[in-house]
Amino acid sequence: MPQDFLIIGGGVVGMAVAYGLARRGRSVTVLDGHDDSLRASRGNAGLVWVQGKGLAMPRYAELSLHSSMAWPEFAEELTKRTGIDLEYEHCGGVDLCFDAKEAQARQTEYRALYAATPSLTAVRWEYLDREALREQLPGLGERVHGGTFSPHDGQCNPLYLLRALYAACLTLGVDYHPATPVTGIEASTTGFTAHSPQGSFSAERVILAAGLGARTLAPPLGLSGQVHPVRGQVLVTERFPPSGRLPTPQLRQTASGGYLIGDVLEDAGYDTGVTLETIHRLGQRAVQIYPELAQARLVRSWGALRVMTPDGSPLYEASRSCPGAYNLSCHSGITLAAFHARELAEAIDTDRLATIHGDFSGARFDVQATG
Amino acid sequence: MFKRLDNAAPAAMVTIWLEGQPHSVPATLSAAAAVLWLVGATGYRDHAAGGHRAPLCMMGVCHDCLITIDGQPNRQGCLVPVAEGMRLERQRRPA
Repeated sequence: MPQDFLIIGGGVVGMAVAYGLARRGRSVTVLDGHDDSLRASRGNAGLVWVQGKGLAMPRYAELSLHSSMAWPEFAEELTKRTGIDLEYEHCGGVDLCFDAKEAQARQTEYRALYAATPSLTAVRWEYLDREALREQLPGLGERVHGGTFSPHDGQCNPLYLLRALYAACLTLGVDYHPATPVTGIEASTTGFTAHSPQGSFSAERVILAAGLGARTLAPPLGLSGQVHPVRGQVLVTERFPPSGRLPTPQLRQTASGGYLIGDVLEDAGYDTGVTLETIHRLGQRAVQIYPELAQARLVRSWGALRVMTPDGSPLYEASRSCPGAYNLSCHSGITLAAFHARELAEAIDTDRLATIHGDFSGARFDVQATG
Repeated sequence: MFKRLDNAAPAAMVTIWLEGQPHSVPATLSAAAAVLWLVGATGYRDHAAGGHRAPLCMMGVCHDCLITIDGQPNRQGCLVPVAEGMRLERQRRPA
């Protein structure tokens, strides 16, 4: 009997959807790339984040809010199934502002975004100046102006999330193939066949969750391959005792004690390397935030490539020319994991992706005819 | 235990201080190698999670050689050459 689904890509997007489909009783094969494939899932900082997401698309803000609310149950369920603690904390978070101008611009943006739709009025946030942040961010430096606090934000260990998804998928019978890079996908009357140097795999339907691989794999199936790499660099320090400081996009302390420092957007093509210049800049900013980190030793640094659509919002689409083929691209795979594993998997399974989430199709990138 | 190879090239000696005691060690050693050579792996470091640790890779990867050098904690001992007057403290939980 053919499999119900082929999923191309075993990152956090592909595995969350694989988990969601397998939980609904579908038979799923996942074809994953090599360890040295481009893997945003293994390079990100692990924020489960709501504030500021979807500035260009309120529906994306709604999804982020929705997913963050589903996260506690999602994390608990995965831990129950696998015994893996995701180090998830629904603790709230602060996005820092370094001067008055940035603080003003941030508040203007948020006021507009969180009034854009009725459900977004439920988003709670407030601007706190440096003094008011003392409690959430003890030791905050003098050169930080303040930041926006939102109780919806949180953090997890993204590597443990991925590991738990693998483990849960295996217990649910998902057929996972590592080091099986797909070179092309063919549509036939009975479904789809994916080709790789390790052989060919067939299923009735196919889901691309291939990150930047969508650029070549998606267009032949009538799907949008419009994603491009945006590099981030991350530094990690030696371990320190738990500080109780809330996470920020600029830096956060992990459950094991090290500080993750990041939040840069770079156009570097497919180069996943790090640069001294950026390491220096990130270090300076970390010291600006917590001056005591001037004494911290760096343990490691790495670069990773975000999977970015033209407008930065997720891309969920069903092919019109090849029914049964879907494409999922987003750079928010951690925050949206709870949504991907539940509602998105259901929408694909029931073939209502275009109906429910039509706003997120690649059609929005096409030039609209006028007149 | 740990000893110099019989055919090791001769090296100048420097004085380092391990937990306040002076020792003469070959100048070609790293701080981690010097500690192993002087007192062995036992008691090298206690991990925050409760276990015992000692240098493993000796090439900057495993981070098990962390040691306090000249007052700075968590240095990678395998990457730091010994120097005259260097002060080393192993990172151990108080008994």
